[in-house]
This record gives sequence, structure tokens and C-alpha cells, in this order.
Amino acid sequence: MTAEMTQDAAASNAGEPKEVLVTVKDLQRHFPVRAGLLKRKVGVVKAVDDVTFDIYRGETLGLVGESGSGKTTTGRVILQLDIATGGDIDFAGNNVLALSNSDLRALRPRMQTIFQDPHACLNPRMTVASIVGEPLREHEKMLSADREARIHELLKLVGLAPEHANRYPHEFSGGQRQRIGIARAIALNPDFIVCDEPIAALDVSIQAQVVNLLLELQEELGLTYLFISHDLSMVRHMADRVAVMYLGKIVELAEVDDLYDRPLHPYTQALQSAVPVPDPIVERSRERVILEGDIPSPSNPPSGCRFRTRCPIATERCESEEPEFREVRAGQWVACHYADQQQNAGG
Amino acid sequence: MDEVVLDVDGLHTRFRTQDGTVHAVNGVDFELRAGEFLGVVGESGSGKSVTMMSLLKLIPMPPGEITDGTARFGDMDLLQLDAQGLRDVRGGRIGFIFQDPMTSLNPVIPVGKQITEAILLHTDSSKAQAKERAEELLHLVGIPDPKQRLKNYPHEMSGGMRQRVMIAMAIACSPEIIIADEPTTALDVTIQAQIIDQVRRLQDELGTAVVWITHDLAVVAGLADRVLVMYGGRVVEEARVDVLYSNPQHPYTRGLLASLPRLDQQGHELVSIDGQPPNMLREPVGCSFAPRCEYAFDRCHTETPQFVEVAIGQKVACHFDLNKGEPR
Repeated sequence: MTAEMTQDAAASNAGEPKEVLVTVKDLQRHFPVRAGLLKRKVGVVKAVDDVTFDIYRGETLGLVGESGSGKTTTGRVILQLDIATGGDIDFAGNNVLALSNSDLRALRPRMQTIFQDPHACLNPRMTVASIVGEPLREHEKMLSADREARIHELLKLVGLAPEHANRYPHEFSGGQRQRIGIARAIALNPDFIVCDEPIAALDVSIQAQVVNLLLELQEELGLTYLFISHDLSMVRHMADRVAVMYLGKIVELAEVDDLYDRPLHPYTQALQSAVPVPDPIVERSRERVILEGDIPSPSNPPSGCRFRTRCPIATERCESEEPEFREVRAGQWVACHYADQQQNAGG
Repeated sequence: MDEVVLDVDGLHTRFRTQDGTVHAVNGVDFELRAGEFLGVVGESGSGKSVTMMSLLKLIPMPPGEITDGTARFGDMDLLQLDAQGLRDVRGGRIGFIFQDPMTSLNPVIPVGKQITEAILLHTDSSKAQAKERAEELLHLVGIPDPKQRLKNYPHEMSGGMRQRVMIAMAIACSPEIIIADEPTTALDVTIQAQIIDQVRRLQDELGTAVVWITHDLAVVAGLADRVLVMYGGRVVEEARVDVLYSNPQHPYTRGLLASLPRLDQQGHELVSIDGQPPNMLREPVGCSFAPRCEYAFDRCHTETPQFVEVAIGQKVACHFDLNKGEPR
């Protein structure tokens, strides 16, 4: 049922309205900085600051950024693994931030997560069967025979064998462990999965295995992904739309081809130009925008546009006035005062 | 460009651990020419770091043990050097840059002092000269306000800045070779681009031979003159950079390239390499890649393929001829 709807949604690139599954509006996560004997609040780290986006059912929204950009915190707050200090989150018609604990618990099976480090997120004392079966025990009333059948079905879905069920995590390689984490995430037939750097800890030859599995499962089960990653090449491969974060803000959000072929924000342009391509001939002919300086501290971000200290086209206006996040071209949202010029310059 | 500055032959390194013997490096041969940029690509456990560390005995011994091989550097064999000989070469004629500058810099000594220490140890400079040189080096690696920065402790610098300090230390004594082990892996991509740009310019200027170890085929594509691909403790392919990426002759190299997403392309399917990297606790028999190789046949499982030249400047360790589609 969900799968059909998703395929319809995916097929309806032109025209038909897409169903919004997750809406994030003006989301904030500010961490207080405390110091001294009395732990007085001396400042605030705006890890996520007024972030707004929709995620359509059946799509993959890529969320990219460098360390400290707030991409992981955004994912955690959406799943309510961390609190929001402002803004709204709507998940399939539920106002997530206003839900009671029991209502939130009832909603949890529909939104799951896959973590970066498959070594840290699996309990070493539990067998694979109990790890994958735990959400079933928590959230579903099932006969143990049914549960066992479901566990075997899940293991098969992620490319493991039923005989793996009674083994422990340490008996598996990194890639296989990530498969166990995926089996656990899909156990309750979720609508939505936050994939937080799911391949960053894996060897190159194993990354493609896991990514292909995620894509297969998405098609088969009609899943919606928020794919958080610092790997711009992999996000281009995985995502339908991409949001770029810098110091707690989204600076650009667009359909994947628009973002990669016609980026409008200077940071998006610089980020892409910094990513090497595995092709010596292409590499030699590329012109690089090398950004000056380091990423400023999130506890003391620059005034106005946060990117201005490293931006090649910054002016005085960028220092005094924070750029509005606006739709510059159909479906392409940019937070830059000069996005229109960039667009005209790019044709 | 043609003079060979380092010639490694038949290098074997093992680690004796509680779980058994780890066969980390199982017969590595390669040459490094003066002024050359050599990329060494491999996944974790492929032996790429241990190979380079073994050359200057930077591996813990025990449990590590270099069981065989020679490494000719000028008129000496690095593997036969005594402690004094090693000290002269390390940081002097061969410089190192490691992945994580936070663990390789001393946290309680200002960076300036750490750089001058290296200069005083390896040259006849006076303290004042060394300090002047340190300042010049920081300027050379693109650190603004070098005089002030010399007084900083490592924790007062960002990751990119610390890596620049590491580079300054590595080039401090004008080495003939710099070995850089995943120097940009811990850095953000915009900072990685800065460091790569810096290293490329320094190499143009100084003409030092560089060995750049990485797991990322994309990083060395624009940097290297020649690339070695390692798997299971051996070099499985060696070629000039253009040839390696356009006409790889080892199934592993070919598989790796097919499994990589590209920023400049969309829609091509990622072809994954099935199976898992080899268990290095097992004594390698035959080709280490055979269990994952779609072209493998009987001989691959029993006989280690020779590392042979298949075209000018291109060497491969594989029983199967990919061009002809039949065993060699």
C-alpha cells in the first residue's frame, strides 16, 4: 500500500502535488553555555537556528554540511532524541513537539534511525535476534513464533542469513553490523528513517553495498529518508533533494540536479569545488574555489550572514543584514543577498 | 625525475598478537623517484600505513616484526639502521605527516618550540636561526601571523591549522621524501582542499618526493603522478595516474572505481564489491582478493599471482587478463 503510493509520488515529478510527510518550521536547538562556580549561563550555541524544510513521502532529502553545521542535531531533534528550543515539527499530521509522552511513544514506530557507528549502536551482549526483535517486543504484541519468523524475514531483507540470528555483533564486520542496524530500523515498518552518516565508518568497497541496500529497501517498502552526510558525492547519488547547512542554518535547498549543476549559494559552490573527483583528467581541468580560513565557532558566529567571513563575494550588507531564506528559482531556496545575480551570471 | 630515491623490495611485516599472527605486509615492492608524487591507495587493513611505518620502524616492536625485505635509500638499507641512524633519517631526510595532528603534536609545548626542536636536532643552526626558520616555515604553509602563532599550543589551533604545523615540521629540514599518512582524512572538505592546494604548491616549489597514503581514490586523482593500489598486505596494481583510472587492470581496482559515487555524475549505478576484506590473521594463500573476485578460478585460490608489468609502467598482480578475458 505505502509502496504504491510512493511510486506514484516518485513518478509524479511533473505536476501532481506531493504528499508532505515531515514539516520542519523555524526549528531551533540552542545549547546554553554555562561557566563558573554557579554555572551561570554565559552564552548560547545555536546548533540549529531557524531551520525550515519539508520532506515528501517516498523521497530522500539529503542534508549536507561540515562538522559543526548542525546536521546531526537537526536529525536528532526531528526524532525527538533531543529537545527543540523553538519552532515546529509536523510528522504525518502530528504536531510532534506538543505530543504527550504516550502519544509520542505510539508515533515512534513510524520514525526510526540508522546511526553512523555500527560498533557503538548495537549492544554487544545481545544476539542479533534479540537486537532486531527488540522493537517488535516493545511495540507489537506478537506470538514468539511470529516474531521469530519476522526476524528471519528482516534478516533476509537486509542480506543476512537466518543462521546469523543467534550470533553476537562482534562476530560481524562493519558492513554486516550496519545491516543489523538497518534490520532493526525497518522492523516496525516505519514511514521515515533518519540515516545519520550511515556509511561514514565503512570501507569504500563496503559503502556501495550499504547504499544499494538502502535504495532497494526504499523502493520495496516505500521509505522516506533524511540522509545526513558530509559526503557530497554520495548524497548526489542518493538524494532527490538536498539541503546544505552551515553553522546551524540552511543556506541552500534544491532538487539534486539544480543544486549540483546550478548551485546559487557561494558556500554550496565552494563546497562542491572542494570535493575531489576520482578522475585525473577531470581533476586537472577543474578550477577550484579555495575558501580562506576556518569554520567559525558556532558559539560566536559572525553577524549578518554566517558565511560572510569566508565568502568570496561578501559585502558590507552581508555583515549587517542576515539574508532571508527565499525561493530564488522554482524549488530552489537560497539564503544569500546576491543569489539573483548568481542566477543571472549562471544563465 | 628518474633517479630512484627509495627502492623497497620484498617487505614483510607481521604482528604477533594474542589472537594470532597478523600478516600485515606480505611482500611489498615499489620504487619512489626523486620529486615524484606517489599515491598509495587501500582500505583499512590493506597494509598501506604499516608498509610506510615499517620503513622507519615506526611500528611498535614487539608485537610488530619486520621479517624480510630491503629498503634502499641512497647508499643505505633503512631496515638495517641502528637507533642513531634511524633518528638521523626520521624527521631529517624523511619527513612524516600523520592523520591526526592532535595526537602527534605535544600538547604541552608551544608549536614553535616543537618545530625548532626538529631543526636543532637535524641541522647545525643556532637557536635564533632555528626560530627564524620556524617562522618562515609557518608562513610557507599559509599560517597567517606566524610570529604570534609560534607561541600557540596545539589546542589553541583548529584542525586545519594543526595539520599545517605538521607539514611545516615535515619540511623543516628539507627532506628528500615526505610520507603523508591520510593527512586530510580527519578534516572537513573545504579544509582538505586548502591543505591539498598547499601541499601541491610546496611540492612544486621544493621538489620533494611525496608518498601520500589514502583510502580515497578521488583525493590522489588530482595529486599523484603514480598510484599503488594495496589489498591484503600486497601491492595489487601500480600505474601512472591516468592509466590507473582509465584502464585499471586489476579486478579490485576496477571494482573500487565502479563502487564510487561521483560528484560530477548522477544516475550511474554503484556496483558494490561483494564480500568482506580478508582476515589478516590467516596466512595468505593464493590471491587475497580471490574470494571476492568475479574472475577468480582455481589457480587464484592456491597460487599467489606474480606482480608483473603488463604495459609500460603498469604492473598487476593477477592471474586473469582482463583485456583478453582469459587467464594469463
